[in-house]
Amino acid sequence: MSMTITLSREDIVRLCERVEGAQRRAYAIPKLTDEHPGMTLGDGYAVQLELRRRLVEQGHRQIGWKAGLTSKAKMLQMGVSVPSIGFLTDRMARPENSAISTGDLVHPRAECEVAFVTKQALVGPGCTKEDVIAATDYVLPAVEIIDSRFSGFKFDLESVVADNGSSARFVGGGRARDPRELDLRTLGVVMEKNGEMVAMGASAAVLNHPAEAVAMLVNILAELGESLPAGSFVMSGGITEAIPVKPGDSVIARFQELGSVSMRFVE
Amino acid sequence: MNHETIQKYGDELYAAWLERRTVAPLLEREPNITLDDAYKIQLRFVARRVQAGETIVGKKIGVTSKPVQDFLGVFQPDFGQLTSGMVYTEGDTIDLGALIQPKAEAELAFVLKSDLKGPGITAMDVIRATDYVVPCFEIVDSRITDWKIKIQDTVADNASCGVYVLGNAKGDPRQLDITLAGMVLEKNGELHSTGVGAAVQGSPANAVAWLANTLGALGIPFKAGEVILSGSQSALVPVADGDELVCTVGGLGSCRVKFTGRSAV
Repeated sequence: MSMTITLSREDIVRLCERVEGAQRRAYAIPKLTDEHPGMTLGDGYAVQLELRRRLVEQGHRQIGWKAGLTSKAKMLQMGVSVPSIGFLTDRMARPENSAISTGDLVHPRAECEVAFVTKQALVGPGCTKEDVIAATDYVLPAVEIIDSRFSGFKFDLESVVADNGSSARFVGGGRARDPRELDLRTLGVVMEKNGEMVAMGASAAVLNHPAEAVAMLVNILAELGESLPAGSFVMSGGITEAIPVKPGDSVIARFQELGSVSMRFVE
Repeated sequence: MNHETIQKYGDELYAAWLERRTVAPLLEREPNITLDDAYKIQLRFVARRVQAGETIVGKKIGVTSKPVQDFLGVFQPDFGQLTSGMVYTEGDTIDLGALIQPKAEAELAFVLKSDLKGPGITAMDVIRATDYVVPCFEIVDSRITDWKIKIQDTVADNASCGVYVLGNAKGDPRQLDITLAGMVLEKNGELHSTGVGAAVQGSPANAVAWLANTLGALGIPFKAGEVILSGSQSALVPVADGDELVCTVGGLGSCRVKFTGRSAV
């Protein structure tokens, strides 16, 4: 993976402002590569990191990272072939069983994930899933509400990375567990929307093991000159396909061994 | 459908199975065939296998997931009867030469320790009557040309039974969350697909309860010691010479199976 930056600082700031505006005011924009067909993955991450710099400057606190596009199903659904990462802030977190407003989202979708909370720093390159498990304090079930700011959820890897991996909201909850006491690869998951099962799978859908996705995330961070500090909250990627949600919908994600996470959506 | 016609189609399916060839869909030839007729044809087909020396060793439940029910336009599962000639044990290599157009499915199998006699059976009775559960592969096969089946075709064809393999990892359903247990299917060392117990009628135990009640209504016994394949938790996997499949049920264990030879189609 090359992280070469080809765009000028000016272009990066301009694209970042475009993404930030779309995120803040919840409107869809054309994918960035329409205007910059030569945009690289490095350019995408440069826009994302500029967005993080601006948000942190505005008082948002980064609490961790998310891995995205980590399952075959998601890669097919989105037409990309490499996973991505995005940053998570305190402003994106919503409590378990809360009412989540969709008024400030474009076209939200919910997906089930295993989340990790670390107790030791993880540094790439060469980070393995064994390193991740050794550095994990606990795992917990989570639902991520992704929201691409691109029209029709249609994008390429460069654009989605610039849009912070479609990060929007997330809900962690359920039961915290020690990953050394579980088979993290075979956890079954069911997502119900309004009482009906709408998505199902097992955790191996995420790069064959969710900790593998966290290791990949740490190795991408290394390419960006960063590491994963102790105490990070990391979402390892959707086990199930992402299901569209709208006001009035109630969602519950049930995980083998990890309990459940619920939320509802309002205007 | 009269008795002679039912016998005729049952015999035709038996001959097709014996000779490893396919026949045209029954529904194309008998547009008014009912589900009851189809089950009677199945009984005849299975009776011919029993007459030829096999014994009934259990049941299989099919059409348990919503996508498959939607595809076949039905709102309930179906069942077929397992016979002694279908049994493989883990570690065996399955000879595809004995099959016509096989596909594999990963499932949870139940082995009963007491009889289950419907009507009135619930999922709680199923757990109570279960000796153990094991991960398993069902290799489905169809005697109907190109798998062009409607529900009546597959029911008459003994719910598309081929052969099956039970894993060695026995578990007590009281110690396992059979509803939320994940299912991971690998083909030749690569992840193929994942699933979960709930994909089968909300829980595999619900499917077994449905079967007990359905068999009760038909007067078919459901005995201690029988094996019940509770329904697919995975995608259908085509298999060929040299393939190896592994399915793993979270909290329970794996079943591994190898294939050799060439199927008829």
